[in-house]
Amino acid sequence: MSLTIALAGNPNCGKTTLFNDLTGSAQYVGNWPGVTVEKKEGRLRGHKEVLIQDLPGIYSLSPYTLEEVVARGYLVRQRPDAIINILDGTNIERSLYLTTQLIELGIPVVVAVNMIDLVRKNGDVIDLAKLGQELGCTVLGMSALKGEGGMAVAEEAIRQAAAGKAGEHPHVFTGSAEHALAHIEEPVSDKAGPGSLRWYAIKLFERDEKAAAELGLDAALAAHLEQHIQDCEKELEDDAESIITNQRYAYISRVVERCVRKKAPQYSLSASDKIDRIVTNRIAALPIFVAVMFLVYWVSMGPFGSFLTDWTNDVLGGEWLQGGTAALLEGWGVADWLVGLIADGIMAGVGAVLGFVPQMLVLFLMLSVLEDLGYMARIAFILDRIFRRFGLSGKSFIPMLIGSGCGVPGVMASRTIENDRDRKMTIMTTCFIPCGAKMPIIGLFAGALFGGSSLVALSAYFAGVAAIVLSGILLKKCRAFAGEVAPFVMELPAYHLPSGKNVLHATWERGWSFIKRAGTVILASSVILWFLQGFGFGEAGFGMVEDNNSSLLASVGGAVAFLFAPLGFGDWQSAVATVTGLIAKENVVNTFGVLFHVGGEAAEDDAGLWAAVALHYTQLSAYSFMLFNLLCAPCFAAMGAIRREMNNGRWTAAAIGYMCAFAYGASLAVYQLGGLVTGECGFGPGTLAALAVLAGFVWLLVRPAQTGAVRSQGRLAAAAQ
Amino acid sequence: MKTLKDAKVGETVQVLRLHGEGPVRRRIMDMGITKGVRLHLRKVAPLGDPIELNVRGYELSLRRADAEMIEIQ
Repeated sequence: MSLTIALAGNPNCGKTTLFNDLTGSAQYVGNWPGVTVEKKEGRLRGHKEVLIQDLPGIYSLSPYTLEEVVARGYLVRQRPDAIINILDGTNIERSLYLTTQLIELGIPVVVAVNMIDLVRKNGDVIDLAKLGQELGCTVLGMSALKGEGGMAVAEEAIRQAAAGKAGEHPHVFTGSAEHALAHIEEPVSDKAGPGSLRWYAIKLFERDEKAAAELGLDAALAAHLEQHIQDCEKELEDDAESIITNQRYAYISRVVERCVRKKAPQYSLSASDKIDRIVTNRIAALPIFVAVMFLVYWVSMGPFGSFLTDWTNDVLGGEWLQGGTAALLEGWGVADWLVGLIADGIMAGVGAVLGFVPQMLVLFLMLSVLEDLGYMARIAFILDRIFRRFGLSGKSFIPMLIGSGCGVPGVMASRTIENDRDRKMTIMTTCFIPCGAKMPIIGLFAGALFGGSSLVALSAYFAGVAAIVLSGILLKKCRAFAGEVAPFVMELPAYHLPSGKNVLHATWERGWSFIKRAGTVILASSVILWFLQGFGFGEAGFGMVEDNNSSLLASVGGAVAFLFAPLGFGDWQSAVATVTGLIAKENVVNTFGVLFHVGGEAAEDDAGLWAAVALHYTQLSAYSFMLFNLLCAPCFAAMGAIRREMNNGRWTAAAIGYMCAFAYGASLAVYQLGGLVTGECGFGPGTLAALAVLAGFVWLLVRPAQTGAVRSQGRLAAAAQ
Repeated sequence: MKTLKDAKVGETVQVLRLHGEGPVRRRIMDMGITKGVRLHLRKVAPLGDPIELNVRGYELSLRRADAEMIEIQ
């Protein structure tokens, strides 16, 4: 007999710890269909037949946030055999709010009061047996962090799931509200199953459109129910949603009064509050934040991080994997093209994926610590004021900071942003920040054409930040982003010492998901580009070519070069360099070296290369080329990361398309309008196009926001299907 | 009408009613800010917004614009 047990609870209640404890390594991590919300399931240790389904952390079963819609869709439609509801014992009042809603589903619920050790340490007392009596279900204490009591909770859930009988509903609602609910239950009892009748009655009372649609009420019945709702609203002088919420909390207050005794007086400062007096202090908060960020950046992107990456790329990937394979295959006498495909195509591709992994693991380790610690929520609290102006969350800062080192972990770091809309917007804009691999491009042009001026690099960063800010303002007004209001009503969870097991688990999980998903994209694109670069029509017909100039890629470059003419670099060399930049941005410099026949491995400070580039470009066209390459589609690895995080092909395409369009518009405006000033290009169609782009851009920035409320409701509904 | 936006740091106030509608209002109620509940204004963020309050024994942060929806005594 197979059983499904769902884990439900508030964010930060220790749900993940319990899940890891119950399932061990037998987990499957994915996404809920069609949305960016993570889905985890696993088999219970020692009980192969029991599936544990982790639900997103939620505060309520309202129809508004994506996480809530996902969780409630699962609970109502899939109806697990039992629910384990995890409560934060130190925060019992608000935790019970979700419990009262879960009980109404008519599914057996086992309430697990977590952090019971902390409750005792604080000198508080929770009468678990009495709480169970009040709620009509079994209540057990546990400490997920210490691994105590979790299994007992799971076994109790199995017992109840096998019995298949939910407890009696507690008397949450009183007076005319209960009266109205009874009136609603009566006519819909044949539509909703006996178990979920209560749930549907309450949802109908709250005028929850989704629940109404699920039951398929006809207009006459809906009007009849509306009468009962309005009568009750009139009597209690409040709206239906408020009546339900108020009575729930009133009920909880009564229960808590009977079952919980707190030692500390109200509003006294807990240890966590004392930490916060310093960490989110008006004066100290920002310096502390800067220091923490510096530490994170320095460890992951600084000497230690780059050492790891260099070692993986050059030694592990380059020498051992690529070189070793090539030597081995050549030893076997394998055909040249096959050696090339395997060593330079596939192995280099694998190496490119692996190259990011160590640095990423280090970064994720630190992010997991900050998250587990509770500092992430403080970052959002401190920075919200700045970031919400351009439609981002305070937590968007971290992906962008990391993105200045490498866009791949930067994009992946967006996972710490809970809000779906903020997360998508952060993913779309993070790669605008010049990453480490773009530095050689900047260095090359600064040296070749701008006398090594450091202003070039500075302006590149400025352009990146401006692109993010402008994109934020512009995108938040778009239909796809509008409407889904992101209420910043956020819990500041108590600080916890992070658990080593949890942190390592989260770190590995993120790293592995990158290797798996991004790996396929990077690998495929590396092989394709290797082919285009290495093959072409040489003197002896089609075959492998030594020189990039006669490769297929050069032909492709020549064919698309005209697209870049309005930007000032309509030659095929620039086009080819841009395309090879998609493998890794630093390739742009190498490609120039090959194409301009500088010979050897050209570095960005090679004098011969500088001279060749200086001949090829003007200052303006060079700047335009650089700007385009900094802002356009990132490398394949970063695109793979975007694909992984968006979990949706259309959103990925939209993100990359947006970046390219933005880069094209920016370069066009810079070159055409700049050219008008310097006299490099006269007034013509290009100028008009640039002015049109600029005008369109300004309009997008200042236009009123699109109201997408109706649409977004529809999207949430679609996501729940 | 006095709203939570007008409350001072360190003050403890009682909620009279909630104005506005839709997801933000529901979210505020779901987080435990309901009629009659007592809120303790803990602090203001370094840049002046959002604010942090203690409600039902835990710490909650809220933007000033949303705090305006909460009428207090």
